[in-house]
Amino acid sequence: MEMIILLIPLIPLAGAILNTFFGRMLEGQHASEEGESHEHHESKPIAGYLANIMVGISFILSLVVFFRVLNGEKFNVDYFDWIVVADLKITLGFLIDPLSATMLLIVTGIGFLIHVYSLGYMGHDPDRPRFFTYLNLFIFSMLMLVMGNNLVVMFFGWEAVGLCSYLLIGYYYKKKSASDAGKKAFIVNRIGDFGFGLGIFLVFGTFGTVHFEPLFVAIQNHPNLFAIGTTMTAIGMLLFVGAIGKSAQVPLFVWLPDAMEGPTPVSALIHAATMVTAGVFMVARCNPIFSFDIGPVSHIMGMSAGDLVTYVGCATAVFAATIGLTQTDIKKVLAYSTVSQLGYMFIGVGVGAYAAGVFHLLTHAFFKALLFLGAGSVIHVMEHAFHKAHLHDDPQDIRNMGGLFSKAKITAITFIAGWIAISGIPPFSGFFSKDEILTAAYHKGYNGVFWFGIIGATMTAFYMSRLVFLTFFGESRTKPEAREHLHDSGFTMTVPLMILAFFAVIAGLIGVPEALGGHNWFGHFLAPVVGEHAAPGGHHGFSEGMLITISILAGVIGIGFAYIMYIRKNIDADKLAADYKPIYTTLLNKYYVDEAYDKFIVSPIKWFSDNVLWKWTDIKLIDGLIKFIAVTIDLTGRVLRLFQTGYVQTYAFFISLGVAMVIYYLMK
Amino acid sequence: METYSAIVLSLLIFVPLAGVAILSFIPRSQENTIKTVTLGVASLVFILSVPMYFAYDISNPDMQFAYIANWIPNWGAYYSIGVDGLSLLLILLTTFIMPLAVIASWKSVHFHVKGFMISLLLLDAGMVGVFCARDMLLFYVFWEAMLVPMYLIIGIWGHEQRIRAAVTFFIYTMAGSLFMLVAIIYMYFQTAAVVVDGTVISNHSFAIQSFMALQLPYDTQVYLFWAFALAFMVKVPMFPFHTWLPLAHVEAPTAGSVDLAAILLKMGPYGFMRFCISFFPAVSEQYTPVIIVLALVGIIYGALVAMVQPDAKKLIAYSSVSHLGFVMLGIYSMNIQSWQGAMLIMVGHGISTSALFLMVGLLYDRRHTRLIEEFGGLWKVMPVFSVIFMIVCLSSLGLPGTNGFVGEFLVLIGSFNSSLDHARLYATIAMLGVILGAVYLLWMYQRIAFGEIKNEKNKSLKDLSLREYALLIPFVLLIFWFGVYPKTLTDKTEATMQKNLKSYKTAIENVKTTAPGSEMKKNVNNLQVK
Repeated sequence: MEMIILLIPLIPLAGAILNTFFGRMLEGQHASEEGESHEHHESKPIAGYLANIMVGISFILSLVVFFRVLNGEKFNVDYFDWIVVADLKITLGFLIDPLSATMLLIVTGIGFLIHVYSLGYMGHDPDRPRFFTYLNLFIFSMLMLVMGNNLVVMFFGWEAVGLCSYLLIGYYYKKKSASDAGKKAFIVNRIGDFGFGLGIFLVFGTFGTVHFEPLFVAIQNHPNLFAIGTTMTAIGMLLFVGAIGKSAQVPLFVWLPDAMEGPTPVSALIHAATMVTAGVFMVARCNPIFSFDIGPVSHIMGMSAGDLVTYVGCATAVFAATIGLTQTDIKKVLAYSTVSQLGYMFIGVGVGAYAAGVFHLLTHAFFKALLFLGAGSVIHVMEHAFHKAHLHDDPQDIRNMGGLFSKAKITAITFIAGWIAISGIPPFSGFFSKDEILTAAYHKGYNGVFWFGIIGATMTAFYMSRLVFLTFFGESRTKPEAREHLHDSGFTMTVPLMILAFFAVIAGLIGVPEALGGHNWFGHFLAPVVGEHAAPGGHHGFSEGMLITISILAGVIGIGFAYIMYIRKNIDADKLAADYKPIYTTLLNKYYVDEAYDKFIVSPIKWFSDNVLWKWTDIKLIDGLIKFIAVTIDLTGRVLRLFQTGYVQTYAFFISLGVAMVIYYLMK
Repeated sequence: METYSAIVLSLLIFVPLAGVAILSFIPRSQENTIKTVTLGVASLVFILSVPMYFAYDISNPDMQFAYIANWIPNWGAYYSIGVDGLSLLLILLTTFIMPLAVIASWKSVHFHVKGFMISLLLLDAGMVGVFCARDMLLFYVFWEAMLVPMYLIIGIWGHEQRIRAAVTFFIYTMAGSLFMLVAIIYMYFQTAAVVVDGTVISNHSFAIQSFMALQLPYDTQVYLFWAFALAFMVKVPMFPFHTWLPLAHVEAPTAGSVDLAAILLKMGPYGFMRFCISFFPAVSEQYTPVIIVLALVGIIYGALVAMVQPDAKKLIAYSSVSHLGFVMLGIYSMNIQSWQGAMLIMVGHGISTSALFLMVGLLYDRRHTRLIEEFGGLWKVMPVFSVIFMIVCLSSLGLPGTNGFVGEFLVLIGSFNSSLDHARLYATIAMLGVILGAVYLLWMYQRIAFGEIKNEKNKSLKDLSLREYALLIPFVLLIFWFGVYPKTLTDKTEATMQKNLKSYKTAIENVKTTAPGSEMKKNVNNLQVK
């Protein structure tokens, strides 16, 4: 079994290595031919097949492992010593429990579907061996992240997925905007990792280990919890800073919308389904740290670590949703929606409902991957049509779409499944997980968070409906000459869509709450890792049924509004935007956060480094000082040289002078 | 095996000198022969040094492969050499880098090839000598002797402003080492006599051991400490003594930059660990905050200034200031993890920064410019170069899985949890340097490799040749190997580090118990306070 577990990440890594060295050769390409891209259109994507097979094997092995875990087994395997210095011992080891087994299935399963989809989507790209190399490398890194049995292996995966994200966002490296976006993603993530790193140091300093299981035991058995109260909260908060970066929460969310520069399968896999959820996974994995709350004595700024997670998540959920209301780029809408949905997951894990947070992670992985791949399919369709019609319109702008339902049926129907799921309409998957999170928040006394969550959910339903209505329904706004070229995508793209749609619809059923007659199977499955979350007892206020009704109403109202505005057109959206222009432009420009960062942080630092540090301190001050010393020495030398004329007379004169002075001194 | 142990270090020093002798008999017109012989000699030195790695006994913290012979016995100066955990890896790094430096200069040195190759071999001998000397006079001789070939390499085979660079380099390092010389002489006259079989051979001794045994008044120690520290601070280089480095790096030919970055800079931290801390533990402790603050300034300052450099070599030079700041932070955090980390950064920086200089050198060979803005879009024409360049940049910015990460991680985790006052604040500030590392390296990479090719001259650039491939592959392999299995390195150094740390802590304890009312700060209760 140890071997099988080890192979799960190693096989995709092998795929990445093979494709690095042989990818181009496999596809019959040579370096010299690279420029003539059109020649390769018809060659088979062998590198892609290889990558697909690798992830496929990894998925099958993950299934094997998952079923063992389902039987109640748990694996904690150390393979070799990685970093060992005195009492610091970090092994390369994996921990497979219900939490990581679930993540294994998400990563390899959805990863595999997206690999298949990429065969079609990237089919015309001559550079695709590089794409598949990165994609396999990503799967490897993400697996390391979720499987690691200690914080440092997790950190390895954490930074490695960041690297893959950087490479894949900047995949179209010739585009300045793409390479800028990649760089931004990496650097913003590093800012988050600043906190993650310090958290790890503090864990080691406090408990002398960074391995999860001994660490959690040490926390449980700590003789004096009051003594480590604030330290525990500090650890939680620092680790969470890492999650803020990786999972694009306020205030470090700015990289994710830009990340849409990457090819769409990447947006689906990395920037929706898997990598960005790593922060949620991390909080769930470290749940004994985040649950640690022994009252005010452990609070920092009046908050426990869990409180901070909850509030940041809530702020992000609403904030990103408001931006999503106005965006016109199909992928940007989905990007802000992802940021917002991640906020909901953090509310879940923040209030201690870890299973609910991870449940939403799971359902979101299905429906958001579906939506992104659907968007990719739409873009593919539009691009193809514009290409045939020799137009240079933006294939991602929903203002160029409309009425696509009849042209791209499979894409449309699957996309609609994703839309209903994210809008929170039962029995589609998103409903159950979001409802569980909000219910838990309410029961734990976070009433404000609950209501903000409901407002966010309404907005989510609204902007997603707007997206669907503007894309698939109503009049076509595509230029007439391109319209006849609109055809649905090929089967490598539509089959993954159908599979994901299936899960987006039914995945919620594994977590139907008791209040609706279900058994919350998923919650019980995760319980060995995160604990059963407490049943709502003795809490005054709304009943469980009432909460569910409110939650459903939120979705219905959002969809209803969008229907009135974009299908019935009883309210003119453009007029509304004009009437509230300041609000509209602020939202359209994403609250000018990027601009503010640039103006108040990036530019001043650059200016300061260039002018004050380099050109002034280094060149003028230090080098000037050196020069001054050199000149002084030189001058002293010149003056002293006057005394060494080489003429005996001069020396005799000075000697007599000296003698005279000595005599004068003695006589005095 | 015993013979090997006894003579290996001498071979490492004298084989290059023998190479110099051979070269002097080859007519200067036969450039290819000269290059081949030099490469052969440098490779031989490397091959000779490899068994040392395996023969080194990791359980023994003391000097190994030791050898001693009479040199100037009347003065108590001996040809005494040996290797312990502090120097083993640095010597191996030296012997590893040298053949690669020769290959790197194969086509980029166009005149006085013979002189250049002789300088390289002299440098090789000098650098090995510095790391294995156990006699202060011998150390000082190697220390100064090594300056001369470096000075020539910069001053003769350098670029446009080579003279200014060479003179600055020489003055800075000379000024620093003169103070050290004074300190050495002063201490020499305090040492005990050398007595063999009851006869006094010399009234004083240059042996490091006798220097360590000195019991000097605290005030005197302060002066001596700073005299040594100044020499090493210039070499590291620490802020504000760093301005020679960008100049020297930019003007030196590729091989010069590589040797400078990989090995010469390491003599600073090595000196601190070998001399400053073990000779003057109490003073070291007292001035720890000063050194650490300068190290932190170096980390942040170097990174910020690197960010705005238009010249790729200057950027890498300033990044060295930042990296070596981490090393100094690690050393003065006085903690086993941070010490091991400092050693790993020294080796890791030697590998990744050398590789960066080599790669910028390859670009210079092709385009005769180092300005970042002259490039852009190289991924299109030089994909293999670009991939390797990215790997090297990633290792330099400390991506986990590469050598750069392990060292930085150990230094930071060690300094964060060390018993110094404000240790956590120091480590937190240093962490900012990790963020900035990503900023300047990725920004440089983007401007060189990504984007459309804007400059016509870049359209016809050739990707790596076989020679260049051979040059870079060893670096790539080591980057990953040390990143995945750093025990290769840490195992070798742990015993010595533990021993030195222990004797440092004992010395501090002794000072505290003998002088309870002194100004020495008490660090005992820090952990509870935090």
